[in-house]
Amino acid sequence: MNGSEPQTDQRQDKPFGFMVQPRASNRLDVTHGTILYLEDVSVSFDGFKALNGLCLYIDVGELRCLIGPNGAGKTTLMDVITGKTRPDSGSVFFGQTIDLLQMDEPAIAQAGVCRKFQKPSVFDGLTVFENLELAMKTDKGAWATLFHRLGSEQLDRIAEVLQTIGLQEYASRPAGALSHGQKQWLEIGMLLMQEPKVMLVDEPVAGMTHHEIDRTAELLLSLQGKHSIIVVEHDMAFVRSIARKVTVLHEGSVLTEGTMDEVQNDPRVIQVYLGD
Amino acid sequence: MNGHSFTNHKAGSVVIALVAAVTVLVPLCNAVFPDGSALHFSAYTVSLLGKYMTFALLGLTLDLVWGYCGILALGHGAFFALGGYAIGMYLMRQIGNRGVYGDPVLPDFMVFLNWKELPWYWLGFDQFWFASLMVLIVPGSLAFVFGWLAFRSRVTGVYLSIITQALTYALMLAFFRNEMGFGGNNGLTDFKSILGFTIQSEAVRLALLMISGLSLIGAFLLSRWIIKTKLGRVVTAVRDQESRVRFLGYRVEMFKLWLFVFAAMLAGLAGALYVPQVGIINPSEFSPLNSLEIVVWVALGGRGTLYGAIVGAVLVNYGKTVLTGLLPEIWLFTLGAAFVLVTMFLPRGLVGLLVRDGKES
Ligand SMILES: Nc1ncnc2c1ncn2[C@@H]1O[C@H](COP(=O)(O)OP(=O)(O)OP(=O)(O)O)[C@@H](O)[C@H]1O
Ligand SMILES: [Mg+2]
Repeated sequence: MNGSEPQTDQRQDKPFGFMVQPRASNRLDVTHGTILYLEDVSVSFDGFKALNGLCLYIDVGELRCLIGPNGAGKTTLMDVITGKTRPDSGSVFFGQTIDLLQMDEPAIAQAGVCRKFQKPSVFDGLTVFENLELAMKTDKGAWATLFHRLGSEQLDRIAEVLQTIGLQEYASRPAGALSHGQKQWLEIGMLLMQEPKVMLVDEPVAGMTHHEIDRTAELLLSLQGKHSIIVVEHDMAFVRSIARKVTVLHEGSVLTEGTMDEVQNDPRVIQVYLGD
Repeated sequence: MNGHSFTNHKAGSVVIALVAAVTVLVPLCNAVFPDGSALHFSAYTVSLLGKYMTFALLGLTLDLVWGYCGILALGHGAFFALGGYAIGMYLMRQIGNRGVYGDPVLPDFMVFLNWKELPWYWLGFDQFWFASLMVLIVPGSLAFVFGWLAFRSRVTGVYLSIITQALTYALMLAFFRNEMGFGGNNGLTDFKSILGFTIQSEAVRLALLMISGLSLIGAFLLSRWIIKTKLGRVVTAVRDQESRVRFLGYRVEMFKLWLFVFAAMLAGLAGALYVPQVGIINPSEFSPLNSLEIVVWVALGGRGTLYGAIVGAVLVNYGKTVLTGLLPEIWLFTLGAAFVLVTMFLPRGLVGLLVRDGKES
């Protein structure tokens, strides 16, 4: 204010918060090996604490499984990270410098934190191909979108993702005509099209056949290292098949973290899943 | 991309071919057949057809925002009226000293109000190019400011509908005031000429019909192209699942704003073509009821198809022309009943009866 403090370019997101579009003003910085920092995050709905002083750290390239009974706050956690829900307190950082709480949903998505929803939400009226095209990482401004033409690289990318999600034959079908499991796959494909740095995957195998579940596990395993992934799932066999590190959420905070065996033998976890 | 959009595409082409036929054949007939011949269209018919063209264009613009983006704008008539006023101001200044008071610069109503000079916002309207620009810029700017505020604050659904209705109502009250300098209650009328040609002449009427028809065709083709671009797909995605689109990284408000401003500018063009053909623009064009009528045209014709809006606008206005001539009292009841019946039994509108699957992608 009085001019004695030198202003650095780094903190441009603070002044004129009203005027400046919320966006990632800083480069992603992961020199400490952590891509997502959630500290002391609390969210309440009409007095009910859906998240309660939650702390969570995700490493670069990690595949983290998040489990917990119904209503534990898993989806709410994803809502907070992706800008859908503003926490009452706490901080959420993408790398060391990008404050996700200063950004809105499109800005967070463009920065590379992308999400698959619990309830499959693809665009039923559009074809499978068009759904993927819509998700593709590219300039998403209105004018750019108006004059957008698919280049051959982009066509290849879509074909590649179609192959990955096994929906090549369905490319020109309306997404609304797909089965529940196929919609899940399509949404995972849309996630891949965004070339995310962090993938938040909420209940990916709900409604899938055993065969589909196995393929989903394979896919997620093949993606670790390239992306940092958080998977929320109730299907314990599936979690076991992909899990490295598992975090158990209960009543809005972290109950415990560890390998699948560690958490499954933890008496508090058994209590939470079996008790009350 | 998928099978059924072809049938909609074809139906749209048929409708636009009919519009083109009227646009070409009416002036041709009047050139070939002498006045008084059965194939020589009367001045009344020519103006009526031209008026329908402008209504169809107006309906088309509402279908863009409502049918494709889910923005149920109940104040769309405001943009039409603003375009009409912009051209009306040019037509007033064309009168020159041929007005009742003979003032070379001031329109009659200003002389009557004892004004000594032209208000600043009337400057430039003696130039046709300037007025034409304003026809697009004024409605476009209003849509931009209004849309910027509304869409950024994520006002949607019925709330948005109500404030658009309030917007046009507020404008109507403002334009009723004499001090506003737009002729108050009486609006702008008694036009004499346009670009130096007598406005009542048959040649001008035919020219206006042709320009209206060509504008409609152009707007239709442009809109159809836009809907088929990726922007069109984003916009329909916004209509179906607005919040989901945000998580893909699209600034939804910018897409709504883009489409809303585009539609408002075309609605302004429709108003500017309408006014010289009917010879008057007054504040009743801002009436909320007018905007509701546009919604009825689109719903009746079939929204989300573009050509449905054209069909609806022409049918409803033809019905209005016939009925208000025969039984003026029952017009509003008929319109209301038709609207209720169509929403209940024909959710895809009248064109939904002909085209098997109207689900647009
Ligand atoms: N928008 C909201 N308004 C009110 N309460 C909410 C809202 N969203 C979530 N909740 C509540 O917060 C709690 C946590 O919900 P959340 O959806 O995060 O649970 P979850 O762990 O994802 O559960 P599930 O495994 O069933 O998906 C629940 O009790 C839920 O009812
Ligand atoms: Mg959940």
